[in-house]
Amino acid sequence: MIEARNLVKRYGSTTAVDDLSFSIRPGLVTGFLGPNGAGKTTTMRMILGLDAPTQGSVAVGGRSYRDLPAPMREVGALLDAKALHGGRRARDHLLCLAQSNGISRRRVDEVLRIVGLEGVAGRRAKGLSLGMAQRLGIASALLGDPAVLIFDEPVNGLDPDGIHWVRTLMRTLAAEGRTVLVSSHLMSEMALTADHLLVIGKGRLIADTSVDEFVRSSSQQSVHVRSPQAAELAARCREAGAAVRATDPDVIEITGMDSAEVGRLAAADGIALVELTPIRASLEEAFMELTRDSVEYQAAGVTR
Amino acid sequence: MTGATIAPAGPDHRAAFPAATFGDALRSEWTKLRSVRSTFWALAVTVVLGIGLGAAISAAAAHGYAKSSVSGKLSWDPTAVSLDGMAIASLAIAVLGVLCISSEYSSGMIRTSLIAVPKRGRVLAAKSLVFAAVTFVVGEVTSFAAFFVGQALIGGHAPHAALGDPGVARAVVGAGLTLTALAVLSVAAGTLLRHPAAAIAAMIALLFVLPGIAQALPDSWRNPVTEFWPTLAGGQLANVYISPHTLQPWTGFGVMCLFVAVVYAIAWTLLDHRDA
Repeated sequence: MIEARNLVKRYGSTTAVDDLSFSIRPGLVTGFLGPNGAGKTTTMRMILGLDAPTQGSVAVGGRSYRDLPAPMREVGALLDAKALHGGRRARDHLLCLAQSNGISRRRVDEVLRIVGLEGVAGRRAKGLSLGMAQRLGIASALLGDPAVLIFDEPVNGLDPDGIHWVRTLMRTLAAEGRTVLVSSHLMSEMALTADHLLVIGKGRLIADTSVDEFVRSSSQQSVHVRSPQAAELAARCREAGAAVRATDPDVIEITGMDSAEVGRLAAADGIALVELTPIRASLEEAFMELTRDSVEYQAAGVTR
Repeated sequence: MTGATIAPAGPDHRAAFPAATFGDALRSEWTKLRSVRSTFWALAVTVVLGIGLGAAISAAAAHGYAKSSVSGKLSWDPTAVSLDGMAIASLAIAVLGVLCISSEYSSGMIRTSLIAVPKRGRVLAAKSLVFAAVTFVVGEVTSFAAFFVGQALIGGHAPHAALGDPGVARAVVGAGLTLTALAVLSVAAGTLLRHPAAAIAAMIALLFVLPGIAQALPDSWRNPVTEFWPTLAGGQLANVYISPHTLQPWTGFGVMCLFVAVVYAIAWTLLDHRDA
């Protein structure tokens, strides 16, 4: 259980996190979603006691992170897979972390096995690929067998096999009753992994909802129609209150009306249809739509 | 890998896990220190420079003794001469001390470390204690070896010292103690400045550059500097002959320790309050 109340983080005049309140429940994978620069990492850093909030507070299991008596046994975290000493062997990296929380040497070998890194345990960290480093970071998060897990972009740098493995792992951890918070800037990734979504943009909470609900509420439907009398049909649809966009002389995109209704209108006026296709916006598009106004770094002149 | 269970015990079995202790942090820091190659190299350089340079300086000084002036003969301190290499060797300890924390900043490991041990003072205390202990052992071994090698080379050419002579044992042990204080200071400097290059530059300035500049100043300026400059004052502990305008051995070491304590307190406070 992670609970944030009115969390604010300012760096000088920039507000990275702006009055964020949420509570992340156990037993679910919660996707923490937002465009780059939305404040995801800053929020995670505040949860983990690395950054002090300018205002507000955040608690893990009812306590502020810095007050946890054995932090690694309560919270496992992976913020940056490359945040390790390049000259240290993978096993020693895990060992020094384990020892700091009184975790046994046996558990180090155990987590190495879980993430599939036994073979490179003796290799120095700088010799690990980004994918291996991600696995090592995940191994360190699992060391304390914690009830709360926090991962910042864990699939970065992983091959398709690794991505699938991470998804399965997240789902397994949540199914065991743990609280799992995973950040990503890719909606498509979250659609496959998360049960619940926390969407932020420019540091503000945009949505706190289940994935299903998010899809239902935000996916815009449109109807793709090809007809020799496209212009005529467009006029009829506009009269009926729909928005119409002509993409070709004989192709139109109708929004605000479903395909059945478009069909009825066409039949009533004797308009011949060559093609009538309902189009559901992808999750990715829904997410873009939702965060359009809050994208921090937008390429000028490029709109979708 | 896919078949492995994540938690054989399951997440409900953590009712009474033990709190992490300072001892845990010490074990962790010891693993960190011994698991990187730079530790081995820096300590090897300390030993080799401390003994080797000490031997070279001892041999050269002993051969020059006969031709030296009366005042030079009066202030002849064979113990200090044999320990002279330690002053140069201290640079290796300063660099290693700076690196053992600032390399965590440059690699990002510090965030991993502070997530594992969010009580930041504990990380700093454990790190400096482990490094100070290692430096103390290496420093004393080097110091005693340098003393015996140096006296063997001096003997026959100039008066040499024995461990039983007044003040000699204190000076030999003292050379290791000064190195240990320097070790703590360099960890604090690394914490304070965070960037390895900046912290190493600061240590070089403190150890060599600024005292060197002071030598070029007129006496009225130079004397108080050589008397109270922390690293020079601390170095008094390794001298048997007390020259004018210098502090008594333990007073000098006290001045250095006071300086280390002040820098350490600032580093501790900043570490605790800064975003990592």
